[in-house]
Amino acid sequence: MPDFFRRKPTFNRDDADQDGPVVPDGLWVKCHKCKDLVYSKDFERWYRVCPKCDHHARLTATQRIDYLLDSGSFEEWDRGIVTADPLSFDANGDVYKEKVQKTARKADQPESLITGRGRIRGYDAVVSATEFAFLGASMGSAFGEKFVRAVERAIELRLPFISISSSGGARMHESTFSLMQMAKTTAALSRLGEHKLPHFSILTDPCYGGVTASYATVADIIMAEPGAMIGFAGPRVIEQITRQKLPQGFQTAEFLLEHGMIDMVCRRSELPATLSLLLLHYADATMGRHQPEYAYAGTPGEEGDS
Amino acid sequence: MTEVTRAWDRVQLARKPERPHSLDYIAAMISGFVELHGDRRYSDDPAIVAGVGAFNGRTVMVVGHQKGANTRENLDRNFGMPGPDGYRKALRVFRHAEKFGFPVLCFIDTPGADPGLGSEERGQATAVAENLLELASLRVPSVSVVIGEGGSGGALAISVTDRLLMLENSVYAVASPEACAAILWKDSSAAPDAAEALKLTAQDLMGFGMIDEIIPEPEPAHEAMDATLQRASAAIERHLSEIEKITAEDGIDHLLELRYQKYRNIGSWVDRQEEILTELPSSFASAVHTND
Repeated sequence: MPDFFRRKPTFNRDDADQDGPVVPDGLWVKCHKCKDLVYSKDFERWYRVCPKCDHHARLTATQRIDYLLDSGSFEEWDRGIVTADPLSFDANGDVYKEKVQKTARKADQPESLITGRGRIRGYDAVVSATEFAFLGASMGSAFGEKFVRAVERAIELRLPFISISSSGGARMHESTFSLMQMAKTTAALSRLGEHKLPHFSILTDPCYGGVTASYATVADIIMAEPGAMIGFAGPRVIEQITRQKLPQGFQTAEFLLEHGMIDMVCRRSELPATLSLLLLHYADATMGRHQPEYAYAGTPGEEGDS
Repeated sequence: MTEVTRAWDRVQLARKPERPHSLDYIAAMISGFVELHGDRRYSDDPAIVAGVGAFNGRTVMVVGHQKGANTRENLDRNFGMPGPDGYRKALRVFRHAEKFGFPVLCFIDTPGADPGLGSEERGQATAVAENLLELASLRVPSVSVVIGEGGSGGALAISVTDRLLMLENSVYAVASPEACAAILWKDSSAAPDAAEALKLTAQDLMGFGMIDEIIPEPEPAHEAMDATLQRASAAIERHLSEIEKITAEDGIDHLLELRYQKYRNIGSWVDRQEEILTELPSSFASAVHTND
């Protein structure tokens, strides 16, 4: 067959690699990793995972909720909580307050964390999901407050808590306020644990710094998506400071699994099934229905209050 | 008396190698100190010192970052940057303290947690996070003092305590001024400006209600070592006996509730629930929540 019968793609294959996949004309999506083309409707149907190389593209918080929770079951909480710019931070003309407004418009979210309750295959849970497009989903005061309120409400409602995290770490523009959110979020989870309610943490690409080093790794079960980059210090920082050559696959989800830091690597399409299975296993414990002879130090929810 | 005003000058003072470090404080105020080593998992991290001893007549457990006084010592101590083994040593000592009902004293002096290959392999992030969790519910009174550099999560991992004190010339921030400048100014030589913007001095944090006391340094600590150590010891005693009294009168659960609220209430945010329903953020004028 003559070559001219074959239709040439009308888009530019060398589109600049930005965050996530490039969508040349809306019909096709270029995989960020293998650079192959996927029909965009299929890509959406496959939870934005490349069918050829299994690359898990980054998701917005809204996509996360849509993919994970039963359709229409999500009830969002505390959407109105936004940062108050405690330090009046200004990096030589780069004003934090303005940056937040700009990024809020771009990300179409008022903050870098969404919280609320919803159902996963019928099982109720409190859920938090980060929005990476909002200043790298960095954790500041508003993030911390929303997170802690969600945990406290999980305790009130006696529901399991599921956090989905992808973040650059603590938000620098709020300095010590941000740093202290690490202590604040973790302290709330300590209470969740005292009430014998489970916390399942899902780490997604990329997850670093103050988020990995606080609430996201103090979970009863930790899972990560394939290929997700997860760590404390970023690879560039490590190379700069230590001049060490980093091994292949360093800080990937698989690397963490191998080093005993997480319970499992779970493909995006399997997350709802895995989580609902876990929610089933923990349902009795969550509702305070321990077999008395097996109960560990009783169930605080019963005799007390709060 | 030295006049110090700029945040960057404080950073320089806080980093002075001649400044007293954790072991100096321990030598001055803990009698019969017995140093304990190792995390019982992998190794003994020299960037964290820990042990048991007597502080004004009561047994306490002490944990501190340890920097060196010169380059050779600093190489041995990894410049006071602990790896996961250091944080797990601290964790072991915290649990030990809880078992025997000993109060915990912590000395904070680190540029940050170690950012190395081995630290990542052995779970640096998890080690820090687990300490935050343990300290939040540790059933003994605890006091920490920032004696030099309070660098990010690496400092926080041993400072989530009932009382947090700072030396006048110490600093505490989410990142080093150099790192902050490199990221937000795109120029690490803007560190002095970043230091100012990060509001990292003891005075700043006192103003935010984040710390409980500033221990004054009429002369910088390295020029008046004995006087500084005595002042620090007196401040620690005052705070420790206060929280011991609370524990004795109202029980440890009350102290834990106070500790929870202390960190629960840190934050600066606005609730724009009504406005947000119609539009995205445009102003932040409404009721601002800050710490008391």
